[in-house]
Order: sequence, then C-alpha cells, then structure tokens
Amino acid sequence: MSIAKTFLGLLETGPCHGYDLKRTYDERFGQDRPLAYGQVYATLSRLLKHGFVEVEGIEPGEGPERKRYAITDAGVADVGRWLSQAEKPDLYLQSTLYTKVVLALLTDRPAAEVLDTQRAEHLRLMRELTRRKLDGDLADQLICDHALFHLEADLRWLELTAARLEALRMEITA
Amino acid sequence: MSSVAGTQQSAGAGRGSGAAQAANLQTTVLEATDLHKAFGPTAALAGASLSVDAGEVVAVMGSSGSGKSTLLHCLAGIVQPDSGRVVYQGQLLSGMPDAERSALRRGDFGFIFQFGQLVPELSCVENVALPLRLGGSKRRDAEKQAMVWLDRLEVAEVAGKTPGRISGGQGQRVAVARALVTGPRVVFADEPTGALDSLNGERVMQLLVQAARDTDAAVVLVTHEARVAAYSDREVVVRDGRTRDLGDSA
Repeated sequence: MSIAKTFLGLLETGPCHGYDLKRTYDERFGQDRPLAYGQVYATLSRLLKHGFVEVEGIEPGEGPERKRYAITDAGVADVGRWLSQAEKPDLYLQSTLYTKVVLALLTDRPAAEVLDTQRAEHLRLMRELTRRKLDGDLADQLICDHALFHLEADLRWLELTAARLEALRMEITA
Repeated sequence: MSSVAGTQQSAGAGRGSGAAQAANLQTTVLEATDLHKAFGPTAALAGASLSVDAGEVVAVMGSSGSGKSTLLHCLAGIVQPDSGRVVYQGQLLSGMPDAERSALRRGDFGFIFQFGQLVPELSCVENVALPLRLGGSKRRDAEKQAMVWLDRLEVAEVAGKTPGRISGGQGQRVAVARALVTGPRVVFADEPTGALDSLNGERVMQLLVQAARDTDAAVVLVTHEARVAAYSDREVVVRDGRTRDLGDSA
C-alpha cells in the first residue's frame, strides 16, 4: 500500500503534525505493522519536494520544532487520481508453493504432505483472524475479512491441486 | 444400553474452550473409532475416527462425496456404521436400541441443517419449542424458553411468523435456537451457512459458536467452506472416507 497516498488522503481531512499523522495511520491501517518515524518523515519530505503538501506552520516545543503539514491542490488531485484507479490484482502464478509441489513431485517426495502442511497453516491463520475479527470493531472486521477471503482462495487452489497431483506428476515427469 | 469404560480424560493443549478449557482439562464427550460404512458398493467411510471434547468446536471438512456427512450421521446415531464404534459419554451408540438413540438425539443432541428444515405449519416460536414439547414440557414453559433463545439469536421479532414468511438468514437463526433450546451436549451442524450469503452466514456462525461456548456444548461442524471452519478450534479433513486431523489452534 502506498504510504504517501494514504498520508495525502489523511491530510485532506485537515492539516496535522507528522506525529499525529503516524498515530492516525497506525490506528486505521497499521494493524500489526506500525510505521517507523523515519518512514513518516522521509515520506513527508518526498511529498513536500513534489509539492503535494506544504508546511502550514512551525510550533516551537521543548524538543525539536513541530511542523504542521497541509495538503496542496496538487496533492488533492494526486490522491483523487489514486482513488479512481483500479489496483492491479495480485497474481501468484509461479508461487513458492507451486514450486515446492513441482519439486516434491520431481524428487519423489510426498507432494500431498506439502499441500497439507500449507493447508494447516492457512487454517491456523484463518482461525487467528476470525478470533481477531470477533473481538474487533468494524474496521478490524473488514480488514480481517479481506485477508480471510484471500486465504480461502488459496485453500481452494490447494484442494484443487491436491486432487490433480497425479495428473501433474505424470505431466512433469513425462 | 451398551456401555464402555467411563468418560475419558485428555489434556490436549489448545483444544476445547469455555469452562472445560478454563480448567485446562478436557472431557471427551463423543468419540468415533475406525468407522466403516458402505452404501451398496460405495464405501462412504473407510476407517474414520474422531474425538470431540466438551465445549470444543470441531470442523469436519472435505470435498463433496468425501464421507463427511456420513461421518456426522454416524456420530449422531442417525446412521449405524457397518463396523467401528461411537461412544457418547461412556455409552456405546452403535448397538443401542433405536428408542434410546432417538431419546438421546432429542435431549442430548442438537441439529442444524443447511436449509433449516423448520416445520412450515408451525410458527417460529412453536418450532423452537418443539424439542421441549416432545420431551414433555408444557406448552407455556416450552414457548417461554423458546422466546429466550429467539431473543438470544436476535430473531425475537419473527416468533409469531411461520418459516415461509421470514428470510433465509432469520430461518437459520431460528434453526440454531431450536438446536440449542434443550441445552444439548453436542450440536451437529451440517453446512449451516451453505444456503446463506456471506453476511448472514457470518452472523449465524458468530451466534452459534458464542451460544455453544456459553453453554459448554460441543459442536461438530460439517462444512466445505474454510471461512466457516475458521470458527472452530480444530479441523479434521475427510478424504476417501478416512479422517486426517490437521491440528488445533495451539
């Protein structure tokens, strides 16, 4: 996900300091991966350089000065373009798992166990996300559901592949 | 009644929930060992085994025709296995007279099916009260208890309506209420969200699992949907009539 575009979107709701921007980002989108301060200020520097944000004011404090950032018209246009564009669907062709299955078949190892091991791990993660969803607010539910649907799609691939292992073995060892 | 050695104790880490988990000691409530069942020349079960602890939610997964529904029917005493045994709280289910198994299904087991299978001529509150009425409860008491469960399943407003006048999601919640109204030790759910959209399916699963946890009932959940299975504590996969435990939430 583009941190820069997300910052622009957040700044469009009103100017704020880098610290507040990070806090809002972490609360809404960070989940288990909060931003490092270095990332925050490096991103803001780039946005400044491109003219998408500007420093609206500087407030002296006990520590370093606190800059208050505001989005520019160019920034609003940029975030608008981003929101209106479709994201490229992620494709996992030639994934690590596919490679493992093929290698297991080529080396006469139990390929079905490769798939079962992965299946168990997917289900474990799905249980974890489901528990998190049940304990969370609507935002948590939506984020977890997104991940759950993707994991479910992977699981369907695992099932289909398990059912086609023999055919795959014959094809790649022919 | 046939019986076997008393209730087994196991301490499988990460298995079970509710009161049983709090005590860190699980009691096996239902256990199937080496079940075989054939329908004509087709072997539906070929050595399936499954153990369920009190308060535990176990998902039984597998593709169509894998034998998962037959396993559920054997566990619930609906179908007699050709060989192997099913033990419910120390009682051998296979070999038990029909009348005893029927009484067990009425009192100790709850059932939820894909399409609810509510009685169309009865109102929703009468549907939920039905297992209690069959068990000998007075109408007023049974319907009072049924209302408690309809309220808990967030469908109290449909109490007076017949199943044909409510939505699929509401109907399935009524079915969950009916399954839980007798305070069963084991709830058997066969594709309980199979006929529902994602949102209704999610809500039914949340309410079912929460209600089961609150009452420390075990749930045997047959499903082919991984997102539904993710509500369980553990998954067992059925392939070609055999079971394979894919581990628990530890």
